[in-house]
Amino acid sequence: MMLSRTADSMFWLSRYVERAENLARILDVASRMASLPSAYAGSSNEWESAIATAACDVAFHAKYGEATRENVIAYIVADPDNPSSIKNCIETARSNARAVRTAMTTHMWVVINDAWHDVQKLKLSRLDETGLRKFLNFIKEVSLHFDGAAYRTMLRSDHYWFQRLGTFIERADNTARLLDVKYHILLPDKEQIGGGLDYFQWTSILRAIEARTAFHWVYRETVKPWLVADFLVLSAQQPRSLLSMYTRLNEVLDELSENYGRRGPSQRLAREVLGNLQNSKPKELFQSGLHEFLSGFIDKNNELGAAISQQYLQ
Amino acid sequence: MAKEQTFDEMNGTDGTVREGYVHLAEWLKSIPPDILANRRTEAEHFFRRIGITFNVYGDDQGTERLIPFDLVPRILTSPEWKVLSEGLEQRVNALNMFIGDVYGAREVVKAGVVPEDLVLRNPSFRPEMTRIRPAKDIYVHIAGIDIVRVDADTFYVLEDNARTPSGVSYMLENREAMMRLFPELFSQMRIAPVDHYADNLLTTLRSVAPDSAPGEPNVVLLTPGQYNSAYYEHSFLADKMGIELVEGRDLFVRSNVVYMRTTQGPQRVDVIYRRLDDEFLDPLAFDPSSMLGVPGLMSAYRAGNVTISNAVGTGVSDDKAIYSYMPDIVKFFTGKEPILKNVPTWRCREPESLKYVLAHLDELVVKEVHGSGGYGMLVGPHATKAEREAFGKKIAADPQGFIAQPTLALSTVPCYIENGLAPRHVDLRPYVLSGADGVRTVPGGLTRVALKEGSLVVNSSQGGGTKDTWVVE
Repeated sequence: MMLSRTADSMFWLSRYVERAENLARILDVASRMASLPSAYAGSSNEWESAIATAACDVAFHAKYGEATRENVIAYIVADPDNPSSIKNCIETARSNARAVRTAMTTHMWVVINDAWHDVQKLKLSRLDETGLRKFLNFIKEVSLHFDGAAYRTMLRSDHYWFQRLGTFIERADNTARLLDVKYHILLPDKEQIGGGLDYFQWTSILRAIEARTAFHWVYRETVKPWLVADFLVLSAQQPRSLLSMYTRLNEVLDELSENYGRRGPSQRLAREVLGNLQNSKPKELFQSGLHEFLSGFIDKNNELGAAISQQYLQ
Repeated sequence: MAKEQTFDEMNGTDGTVREGYVHLAEWLKSIPPDILANRRTEAEHFFRRIGITFNVYGDDQGTERLIPFDLVPRILTSPEWKVLSEGLEQRVNALNMFIGDVYGAREVVKAGVVPEDLVLRNPSFRPEMTRIRPAKDIYVHIAGIDIVRVDADTFYVLEDNARTPSGVSYMLENREAMMRLFPELFSQMRIAPVDHYADNLLTTLRSVAPDSAPGEPNVVLLTPGQYNSAYYEHSFLADKMGIELVEGRDLFVRSNVVYMRTTQGPQRVDVIYRRLDDEFLDPLAFDPSSMLGVPGLMSAYRAGNVTISNAVGTGVSDDKAIYSYMPDIVKFFTGKEPILKNVPTWRCREPESLKYVLAHLDELVVKEVHGSGGYGMLVGPHATKAEREAFGKKIAADPQGFIAQPTLALSTVPCYIENGLAPRHVDLRPYVLSGADGVRTVPGGLTRVALKEGSLVVNSSQGGGTKDTWVVE
């Protein structure tokens, strides 16, 4: 048993830390794709895709118009007008952490508090490539530390389960969005699907989640779109695949319902999404429209977030 | 009194190291300065990391600041502490009896010990409380009594804090920091521990649960939220006690019972350690615009279904006008001479005193009767002529609102300042817990330091710092 407000803060604290990491990964992909030889540069739109993937395209265009490297990085890293900038995510995470200091272990607090202090000190305008890479790595490490601290130091009780729920819902959302980056990127006319640029873009997505090597261990093949989709959606081996995330979410929700002695809408919904994933076939997934599938998933995932909130956090 | 030479708690008035400080003085001499400098950086890092910060009102810039922490401990010997702790127990018992009497039979007024208007027209007097008796007749479960010292034998009570005294987290964290930084000193000296404070506090709070509470009463700490200046302390104490840290919106009242909203539905609350002023507790009873409180809380309180700690209305006992009557109050209720003295005080409400005060502003400290936190006071000897004149007008316009005291030669303790050790003025706030099973103190308390040279103002909002307080055998 815990205060609903505390559970809510744990949930959102974890989501915001995870979101900061995910935004870092989105910028990472975009920046990798943009670093292709100049022959391709004129016709691709990596930065536009980053904005679309981060789901902030409307507000971005209202402020900046054109999606240039500078604009996009400025907006996603630290723009005060962007409530979901990486800097604001850290800010919101810390504010939630302050509200629930007692529900966290010292380790977790220290990670968030240090990160917040560091981000205050950093000069984040006009980052060059080295500065950007350093910053993105820093953010990824913060999230990794936080996740590890939670995993290793928290008592296995509802405090922990709500922390995990927030993390997994946000991570599932992000895996789906990262995979969807490809949908938003136009291949230049002269390029063929399965050609060099296409290959490079799919590889960038794998790299962004540090799964390039793992992919080869699992598939022992060159990178092919439907295999990447299979890996990130249906693989039980890939820890951040949608299937893995929903397996974890179901485990946590089951622990919670056993502990509280009551099941509810969130348990049912999570079970349904998992069932759908388990019944999907890799080839079909790709042929019937990956973007449509991912959009549908993102909606369901949001629904689960709302159901958890309704059931426990109010 | 103001003419006396400053008493240094380590070096006395003549430079001879006093009992209790001998070992520390030798150690300070032997330790290389750069080690001290390193440890200070370490301490600052420690405090910043665990987030012991406070918010300063009216300051947009540094909304989160560290209270400066001084490395040199302040030492009291156990005989000194014995006198202090007995005096504190006596004083807090008297405070509790006084408040019960003020909201009950008012014998203290009938006997002419305290003027009636000071009680009834006191802005902190809560008429509601004449119809409510708190569990076990205890009102002030947690008191912070501010004490100053002027020489080897004389301690004065400067102020009683009977509402929501803060600062105890610094007492505990300062000790934690010192034990990390100077473990050798703790192995060489016999320093009385303080870390059982949180256990004592929880035991105290449980002991005053209402009779209708179940065997294991549910105690919560009610905070105004994370933007409050003492939020760190609230979360720290809740954590140490293992109780929920709640905000007003986490609680609700149904059929005169208080509940908190949890992930498993409503759970009953029996004792509320509130760190929220009376006015904000219940919008239905007090300030209707308060978003911080719990509608209906006072009805639940009246129905005897919840204990509010400290009780509502304790402020009637701790303003500076009542303060001047405390020696008589102690005598009246305990039948004994007060062990702890009061600072001599002129009440400006009395015409003779007013005349004296206005004529001697340059040697007096003048305080607002209802002020706190070092705001709204005049330190005569340190003020400019213009400041004194302006303040004099304020006093003359509202004599009821002010008291004056001599500028005390507060004791000093060596502090580690930029270029080495230097004496700085200190005070002491011990925390006194009153439960159904008696009064508890932990040896020592919070020592506050006026870090500016010559300054007498120790409040953290005014540039004060803190140091660890050791009671040694």
